[in-house]
Parts: sequence; structure tokens; C-alpha cells
Amino acid sequence: MLIMRHELLLITITVILLIVEIFLPNTQKHKIILPAILLMAAVTLVGFIPGTPGVLFGGMYQSTALTMMLKNILNIGVLIIFIQSVDWLKQDQNKEKVSEFFILILSTLIGMNYMISSGDFLMFYLGLELATIPIAALAAYERYKEKSAEAGVKLIFTSALSSGILLYGLSMIYGTTGTMYFADVAPLITGAPLQVLAFIFFFTGMAFKISLVPFHLWTADVYEGAPVNVASYLSVISKGAAVFILTIILYTVFAKIVVIWSQMLYIIIILTITVGNLFAMRQQNLKRFLAFSSIAQAGFILLGIIGQSQLGMTTAIYFVLVYIFSNLGAFGVVAIISNRTGKETINDYDGLYRTNPKLSLVMMLALFSLAGIPPLAGFFGKFFLFTAAGKQGYFILLLIALLNTIISLYYYLLVIKAMLLNSNDQPIAKFKSDCYTRLGLVLCVAGMAVIGFASVIYENIFNLSFGIF
Amino acid sequence: MSFLTLFIIIPLLTIVGILLCKNHLQVKWVAVVGMSLQLITAIVLILVFLAERRAGNMAEVLFVQDNIWYETLNIHFYIGVDGVSVAMIGLTALVVFAGIFASWDIVDLPREFFTSLILLASGVFGFFISLDLFTMFLFYELAVIPMYLLIGIWGSGPRHYSAMKLTLMLMGGSALILLGMVGLYVNSAPGGGPLTFNLIQISKIHISIESQRFLFPFLFVGFGVLGALFPFHTWSPDGHASAPTAVSMLHAGVLMKLGGYGCYRVAVFLLPEAAHQMGWIFLILATIGVIYGAFGALWQKDLKYINAYSSVSHCSLVLFAILMFNQTALTGAIIQMISHGIMTALFFALIGMIYGRTHTRYINEMGGLMKVMPFLAVAYVIAGLASLGLPGFSGFVAEMTIFVGAFQNADVFHRVCTIIAASSIVVTAVYILRVIGILLLGKIRNPAYELITDAKWHDKISVVALIFGITLIGLAPLWLSDMISQGLGPIMQKLLAAAPILN
Repeated sequence: MLIMRHELLLITITVILLIVEIFLPNTQKHKIILPAILLMAAVTLVGFIPGTPGVLFGGMYQSTALTMMLKNILNIGVLIIFIQSVDWLKQDQNKEKVSEFFILILSTLIGMNYMISSGDFLMFYLGLELATIPIAALAAYERYKEKSAEAGVKLIFTSALSSGILLYGLSMIYGTTGTMYFADVAPLITGAPLQVLAFIFFFTGMAFKISLVPFHLWTADVYEGAPVNVASYLSVISKGAAVFILTIILYTVFAKIVVIWSQMLYIIIILTITVGNLFAMRQQNLKRFLAFSSIAQAGFILLGIIGQSQLGMTTAIYFVLVYIFSNLGAFGVVAIISNRTGKETINDYDGLYRTNPKLSLVMMLALFSLAGIPPLAGFFGKFFLFTAAGKQGYFILLLIALLNTIISLYYYLLVIKAMLLNSNDQPIAKFKSDCYTRLGLVLCVAGMAVIGFASVIYENIFNLSFGIF
Repeated sequence: MSFLTLFIIIPLLTIVGILLCKNHLQVKWVAVVGMSLQLITAIVLILVFLAERRAGNMAEVLFVQDNIWYETLNIHFYIGVDGVSVAMIGLTALVVFAGIFASWDIVDLPREFFTSLILLASGVFGFFISLDLFTMFLFYELAVIPMYLLIGIWGSGPRHYSAMKLTLMLMGGSALILLGMVGLYVNSAPGGGPLTFNLIQISKIHISIESQRFLFPFLFVGFGVLGALFPFHTWSPDGHASAPTAVSMLHAGVLMKLGGYGCYRVAVFLLPEAAHQMGWIFLILATIGVIYGAFGALWQKDLKYINAYSSVSHCSLVLFAILMFNQTALTGAIIQMISHGIMTALFFALIGMIYGRTHTRYINEMGGLMKVMPFLAVAYVIAGLASLGLPGFSGFVAEMTIFVGAFQNADVFHRVCTIIAASSIVVTAVYILRVIGILLLGKIRNPAYELITDAKWHDKISVVALIFGITLIGLAPLWLSDMISQGLGPIMQKLLAAAPILN
């Protein structure tokens, strides 16, 4: 059973939290925070112990060195999100349902782990649903806020729609190949019209999850309505897991029709990056702003996947890792400021550096990392993505992507301009953030500073991704 | 470990020191100590380099250090210097040293100011010692981005607009460079084997002419944006005018040289055949830039704008000389980079000091400053004379070499370009002398200026250091031009080898 180590550990702590939740009186619920974080930290650490790769349930579940690493990446991200949410969870209106937050997030994480490890479309679908439905509950977590409820409903509707489309695609795959196992389907993919159609449906379903243009319309509204920490979860963990499994399925199951899906990706990448960037420029609310920026970033991630190369896949995974740290840094700052002052627009951040220099510094570093400025990790991620795309010969695509980095730099600089350059009569007052928030932000900054220089991380991902070829 | 790493380590340690400081004064002194050390290291580097060469060490690059960084992508931390980069490092160290003293009066957020300034400097040093395209690009962007904060926070006038314009245009240039570098990487192993970003290794292989033709415009324009290539120079006047003194100095003095150096070291050196074929387009643009910048300066009333346009003119002259593709002109290009770097830094330092005293930069509002601030006024005259190319100063050596080199191309097209470019010297003389006449000579027009004091000690250190540089090159140019010409050997070989293929 050690093969399923990651999932079992997560299930264990979820059950522990659930049982503790039953016995805790309502006034004591917040006491669960620290144990929950410690348990998650322990699980994350245990995940790094090298495990035995293997196959379970006759091939429905497969565990390789690669999937274990992907799960570790997700674990790290979730751990940081847990740490960052403490300040928000301790607020009066949330105190009574603290454990719900942890349990729901952990169940989606379990779903994602199963999804990544799936060796069969049924298992994949099961994981996908488990990973999606609890998030809708989380988005509606602040049910006393109208927007939060709206976000929850929007998310559940779009998820249901995308799942339906995806399932339709899967049924066609079953219809043409007669099997659901990845390994059995792969050789039977011939590029027949029905299979291409099936692929398009499948891809559309995934595109909803990764919020690629033109399936991105839910993103900004949901991010804006949902609590900041849930939005950050959606933007890094959910998206990251979907990118991972999409890459694995594209590279293994649909490897034979690489020409077809590369053309599709080509157009989708251009649309996603350009639309995401153009809309991000016009946003005033920082949550919407980060939503569109994360759409654009998703387009950049696909730049690694296109054309099917080991270098590209490594870089895409590496970029997701970098992106987790950078985006969580930005979201962490937005979260703490939103909790303490309720301010969420860019104009509110005017003159932030004079009152809260450390927070603005973290925000600046995070945005620079997202924009791909050296010596932060984002620079390495972007450079390698471009190198991978260039190696595949996609020079026109590369040029478009590069021009888009200038647009993205512009809007990231707008926030930095507000914080450092603009003056303000009524800036956000100086406040002292709690040690959890600080720890969370320090982890993010450390990640951004180290991941680029420590080439060993990249080499490791590269070596592990051999499993798939 | 090569001692070149010191050029990155010293600035980083200085930054750490600055962050640990308690008050303004400590911050400044830590910056001074750090950058003085840097200047001393640079001087030692020049001396050691010259000694090595005299001892007969004719390796293409010296003091090499090569550590593998990203094995999969074959990215190395590969550093080393030749005559050209040694000269550029000397220039950078001198200008940064003077810049620290010139910004002695920074009151608002000094810690952040000096941190950004030194971060910028470390990017520049890193760029000049890199021989791997990846690290080169990393340092290039590292040098450009602090500019946004430096202009945006401590600048004057429409600083937010200028900072954004400058940053976006320069990063746009760097996007083109990135495309070019990825292209070079992809083409770096025509015979199979691992791809590489290694500049020396790429220079040894032959890239197909189609790829060269595709990549050359990206690289040349990309670096050209920073080198003020017409019509991509428009960030320069706004940026320089809005920037605080030390930042103008560093930007015009050093950062713009990154553009010229990149055009020479990456675009022309690695893609010589495409350079020969397409050089004429950029030669026309550079010629326009030379004459346009000179005339632009003629019309301006703001001291900083005058000098910014004059920088456009002089930096275009660098690109102009690079595109002449012969040894003399190239040597001139490098000397011009160094000469203009020191001279324009001196100009901007003096303008900053004058502005600090008169609180205006409009020449019409000033007059007779020679009487109240003789030291600064004389220094300004020296800078002006160097700028218009008077023998005895560095400008003369540089421009003389460039035009002699340019005249070696005997065809009509090159001759016409050379004549047009050379005529800018006259215009330069007009705008320099006009400013000196209005600004320094005559009667004091504003009675308030009677009370102005002359340079303080820190101003003097800054000015004297730069004037020393100008006269050193002006009076004893041979050691410098010899060092540079030796460094130009590999590129000349490539250019000469490329020429017959085309003809």
C-alpha cells in the first residue's frame, strides 16, 4: 500500500481533522489550526521520502517518480496556503467553521492526487470531480457576502458544464477504442475524425479548469467573489494539477496526434496570453487583476507543453513550481491587506511602501518574479520556456509571447508604481502582520530567490520526467 | 575561482552592508567604501591584464572561470575578459564611483536609492564579464530594471511617465534580444552535439546564412534600443531628463554602452555575414541618429535635454563606427564608448550640481555662473571641449579614430554616410559653445545667484575623478587603443572571413 502513500496520508489527516471537529465545541474550533498545519507539514515532508513506483487496481492507479514529485509540489503549495490563511480563519465570522476549510481543501487535494496518478480515464474523471466540487463550497465560504455565494454558484455551474463536455469526449474515446486505460487507448489513437472530436471535447473540459481563453470567463468573477486564500488555491494548485495531468495525458495517450494538438495549442496559447494580458491591464481590483494575470501565465505554461519534448515538459513543471511561489507571494500580500483593511484595489495601494515597506517589498518581488525579471525564479522559468519553444522551432509564437511579456511587465509595474512611486494622503495604515502570514511570505520569497539559482531542482525534474517517454 | 567574480561579489556585499546600516551617513559611507574597492579592483584588473598581454599571453579571453550551471540546457557560469571588456569595466567602475559622490545629497529613502544604484552597477559589471549568453542576458535585465525605481521614485518632472516609457522600451529591446539568443542557441550545434549559449564556442562555428539573416535584426535592434539607435532612442531624452543625477550619469555613461557593446559582441561578432549584408540599413539609421541627435540638442533649452540628445548623437556614432566593419573604426567605437561614458557622466554630474544650486535647468534663466561657481564652470567647459572633440581630450581621440576608420570604406554610400556623420561635429561645437556662452559667461542675470556657493568636497571628488579619466585618455591614448585593438582580433578575423563569401 506504500504505493498510494501520498493519498493515504492525506486521507488520514482529513479523517483525523474530521473526528477532532466532531468533539470540539464551537468556541474552540480555531484550536485546530496549528495541528492541521503541522500535520500538513509532516505529510509534505514524508512525501519527499523516495517511494516505490508501482501500479494498483490493475493499472487504474499508477505511481511513478514523476507523479510523486508532482504531488510533492502540490503539497508544498497547499502548506503555504494553509499558513497564509490563518489570519483570515481567525476572524470572528470564520472561527466556527475553520475545520471545514481544511477538510474541503484536503479532499480536493486528494482528488488531484488521484487525478495525477490515474492510469485510466475513469479514475481520472473521479479524481477530477473530487478535486472540483469541494472548491465550489470553498468559494462560497463567506456566505454572508453576496459575491462569495455568487462565486460558488458560478464555479459549480461552469465546473458541471466542463465536466459534462469532458465526459462526452471520454465517451467518444471509449466508443472508438473500446477501452479506458491510458496504455490501451494510446496505440489505438489514429487521428480518425471522431477521435479528434473526442480530443477537442476532452481538451475543452481541461481548458475550463486551467482557464484558457476562450474558456476563461468564470475566472475573474470567481476569484473576485471567493475569499482571497481560496482564489489563490484556485489559481495555483487547481491550475497546476490540471496542467500536470493534461501534460501527462497529451504526452502519453494522445502522443500520436501531436501535430493536431500542437496546432490547437498554438492558437490557444496566442489567445490566452494576449487576452489575459489585455484584460489584466484594465483591472482595478487586485483579485481580478491577479485572475487575468494567472490566465496569461497559463498561456505561458502551455508554451512548454507544445510540440512534445522532454525539455518542454520539464520546463512546464518547473514553471508551475516557480509560479506557485510567485503567485502565492502576491496573493499572500493581497490577502493580509484585505483582511486587515478590506482594501483590494490598486489605488488603495498608493504609498504602501511608506507605511508597510516589507509587505510592499514582498509584493514587488512576487510581481517581478511573475513578470520574469532576474534574478528571481520567474526569470529562469520564462527563459527556459522560451528556449524550449524556440528549440521546437516556434519562433513566431515565441515573438508573440515575448511581446506579451512587455504588456505583462506594464501592468505589473502599475502595481509597483502604486506602492512605491505614488503618494497618498490616506495610505493603508501601518499594521503588524501575525507570524503565520510572515512565515508564509518568507517561504514564498525564499522560493523565488532559491529555485532559480539551484539548478539541481530543474535537473531533478528533468531526470524524473524520463518516466513518461 | 577567477578574481573577476569579485566584480559581482563586491557590489552584493555592499548591498548587504547597506541593508544593515542604521542611518543615512552610514549608508553613504558603506556605498563609498564598496565602490572604491570596486574601482581599485578595476584598476588592478587593467594593470594585471596589460602585464599578462605584455608577458605574451595572447589567449582570446583571460581570467576565465567556467562552472556548469544547468546541465540539461548546457548553461554555464562562464566569465572572462578581453581588452574591450576590461576597458568597459574600467569605465563602469569610474562612473559608479563618481556617481556615488554625486548623489551625496539624496535625502529621501537613501538606503533604497543606493541599493538600487549598486544593483544596477552589479548588473553592468556582470554583463561585461559574461561570456555565456544566458548569464549575459540575466545581467542585462538586472541592470535595466532598477532604473524604473530610480527614475520613478527619485526623479523629477514627468518621472512616472519617463520611467515607464524607458522601462518598457528597454524591456521590449530585451525581448528581441532574448529571441535572438534563443535563435543562436538553437543554431549553435550545426554538426550535432549539445547546444550551447557559450559565446566563444558559437563564434567558432558557422551559422547558416538564412538563420543569420533572420536573427541579426532582432539582436541588433534589441541591443540598439539601449544603444539609442534611431528611431528607438525616444526613451533616452525623457529618461535622462527625469532621472536623478547619479542615475543619468550611470545611464548615459554606462548603461547605454551595454547596447553598443551588445551590438558589437553579440550581433556583429556572431553573425558577421548577416552584418555585412544588412549593415547598410542600420548604418543609415545610425547616421540619421548622429545628425538628428546633434540638431535635437541645438533646439533644446533644458540642460538635461541638451545633453540627452547629445548622448543620442554620440551613441549613434558608436553604432555607426561598429557598422564600418574595420579595425580602426571598431577601435574608435570602443574608445568613443569610453570617452563618451566619462564625458557624459561628467556633464550630468555638473548639471545636477548646477541644478542643485540654481533650481532651474533652463539655460535662459541662468547666466554668468563662472563668477559664482568657478570650479564647476571650468569643469563644465572642460566637459564641453571634450565633447566637441578638442585635441588633448578623449573625444578627439575617439572621433578621429572613427572617421579615419570610416573613410577607409571607399564606396560612395559609406563616404556619404561618413561625411554626413562627420558634419555633426560642427553642430556639436555650436550647441556646446552656445550653452557655455549663455550659462557661464556674461553677467549674472538673477541676483539670487550671487549667493551661490561653489562645489563641495564630495562634488569635487566626483568631478576630478571624471576629468582625470578624460584627460588620461586624451593625452595617453595608446595603451588603451592597443589594448582594444588586440581584443578586436577575433571579430576582425570573422568579418574578413565573411566578406569574400559575399563578394
